[in-house]
Amino acid sequence: MDWTWFHRFGSPPHLYGLAGRLVPWFAWPAALAIAAGLYGGLVLAPPDYQQGDGFRIIYVHAPSAWLSLMAYTWMAVAAAIGLVWRMKVAHAMAASCAPIGAWFTVAALCTGMLWGKPMWGTYWVWDPRLTAELVLLFLYLGYLGLRSAIEDPQRADRASAVLAVVGVVNVPIVRYSVEWWNSIHQAPSVMKFGKPTISWPMLTPLLIMFVGFTLLFLALVLVRVRGEILRRERQARWVSEVIAA
Amino acid sequence: MLRGLSFDVEGGQYLEVTGSNGAGKTSLLRTIVGLVYAESGQVTWNGLGIHADARAYHAQLAWLGHESPLKADLTPAENLRFALGIRRRVAAAEIAGALTEVGADGFADRPVRTLSAGQRRRVALAGVMLAAVPLWVLDEPQTHLDSAGQGLVGRLIERQIAAGGIVVAAVHAPLPVPEAGTRRIGLSSK
Amino acid sequence: MSGTWQAARLVVERDLRLAFRNRGQLLHPLLFFAIVATLFPLALSPEPSRLRDVAPGVLWIGALLASLLAVEFLYREDAQDGTLEQFALSGRSLTWLLFAKTATHWLLSGLPLALMSPIAAYALAVPPAALPGIVAAVSIGTIALSLLGAVSAALTIGIRRGGALLSLLTLPLAVPLLIFGAQATARAIEGSDMAAPLYFLAAFAVLGVTLAPLAAAAAVRISLE
Repeated sequence: MDWTWFHRFGSPPHLYGLAGRLVPWFAWPAALAIAAGLYGGLVLAPPDYQQGDGFRIIYVHAPSAWLSLMAYTWMAVAAAIGLVWRMKVAHAMAASCAPIGAWFTVAALCTGMLWGKPMWGTYWVWDPRLTAELVLLFLYLGYLGLRSAIEDPQRADRASAVLAVVGVVNVPIVRYSVEWWNSIHQAPSVMKFGKPTISWPMLTPLLIMFVGFTLLFLALVLVRVRGEILRRERQARWVSEVIAA
Repeated sequence: MLRGLSFDVEGGQYLEVTGSNGAGKTSLLRTIVGLVYAESGQVTWNGLGIHADARAYHAQLAWLGHESPLKADLTPAENLRFALGIRRRVAAAEIAGALTEVGADGFADRPVRTLSAGQRRRVALAGVMLAAVPLWVLDEPQTHLDSAGQGLVGRLIERQIAAGGIVVAAVHAPLPVPEAGTRRIGLSSK
Repeated sequence: MSGTWQAARLVVERDLRLAFRNRGQLLHPLLFFAIVATLFPLALSPEPSRLRDVAPGVLWIGALLASLLAVEFLYREDAQDGTLEQFALSGRSLTWLLFAKTATHWLLSGLPLALMSPIAAYALAVPPAALPGIVAAVSIGTIALSLLGAVSAALTIGIRRGGALLSLLTLPLAVPLLIFGAQATARAIEGSDMAAPLYFLAAFAVLGVTLAPLAAAAAVRISLE
């Protein structure tokens, strides 16, 4: 098998250029999809028969929650590649995923709390999904904390990569155990409404939002990874050429 | 960071690495033993990259870093028993013999905590000797040692290369070893 | 092969000997656990029924924090005096040597915690019939905790004031242990069947035994680079 593509992908200037060229291909469709999804979700979709307009926050909440998990997975995959093949750009990729994933987690938590107010009458309940999301946020913060605590950048890359891999094994276990924990502590039902049923006019904008958020995530990662590469390679000659140009 | 370095060492040779502080002597040695990966280029042992079968390579080498790897709460004899026992079977008499040889028999049963840095270095050298391996990689072996101790380091190295082994050592002043079989490389920062 | 076993035996023997030369330090996490268990009745109320309700949480959070306290020192001396370098260059599997080290660590910190937990539980008005179940749950749970802690401790080698970071890395990963451990304890107190949560704890311990030493060895190697 021919591995030159792999090595070329691993060269920082190449990835820098490639990422730059790809950004618009993700950013514009992301903007379009999010605009269409928001219009469909906030204007076209009918209000929920139980929650009225309150449910509409799902159009931001669900995609954020999905991306908080996807970003962690991406981060762990990139970290594992960096560990195994000693590939610097993979570590740069993992480093770029972490803050974006952490912000999506914060977004999922905040929108979940806002949604909780009309649903449960309070901003915070120990709902299993919210709880697991909170633990995920701590996992991200631990990763970022370890990264910033180690001074040597290569050591920071590799140590945090081990943590990301350990973490990604744990994420599904945390999710599952929190579900299990919830199932045995069935609190007196504070839910004001039954399970929302979702109809096609509601679902379509949601699916569009998922696509839009995923594209947005990819665009953000590409922008960040360019910054990471420049910062890491600041002593290399090609960087001064890029900056001069 | 080190650049543009290429050399090979054969059995029966002593390679002395000199250079000012910060020239990269320790980095070079740590790369040779495989603790640090070379960013480009490679280290080979018997023609094979050292990371191909790192454990087999490590079984052939003894490493002495800046610190003498001793536990303060154990005696020198206990320290050697545990440290060497991980690598191979050693008899108590062998350990006692080695300690006598490095002039540590007088304090073989005192906790390392109570020993001076020079005395600890002697115990650590006994450990290198006891490993009974062909390759020694020593980072500043003579630190903290008096002139008699420096002579001891020279004698140990001489004996190792006479037996066909290899010694690589980073030093800031040349060690008292015979010129035959000795090679020197100097590192300079810039 | 026999050399491999001998290597592990010597690692265990050395750590045991070092621990017994510093007996006082072994007690610190245990005392910490005892004090935490004492503080709860003072903070809540001495009423037995209330204490019994919170006992699983108190025991497990106490055990979690106490083992975190103990694991902080797992590699500290070995990293400073160059023992870890010697391990990595010994020609033996670093994974295996670290596994031996972690097993010793559990013998010296996890097992004593497990043996002390029934005393703390009894003081929290837990019925005596529940005590054997609690010892079992804490024993298995601390195995998994020691292994998890061994990974985080390896990741934080050489970080100045890494204690808080160590907690930040370990505690989120320990959430499943806390959930199933506390549930097993609660069931023991109720007198209902505690097999399900115990199986989960055992599964985590097995997962830890297979994966954690590998991750710890990778982390130790990174710290030596």
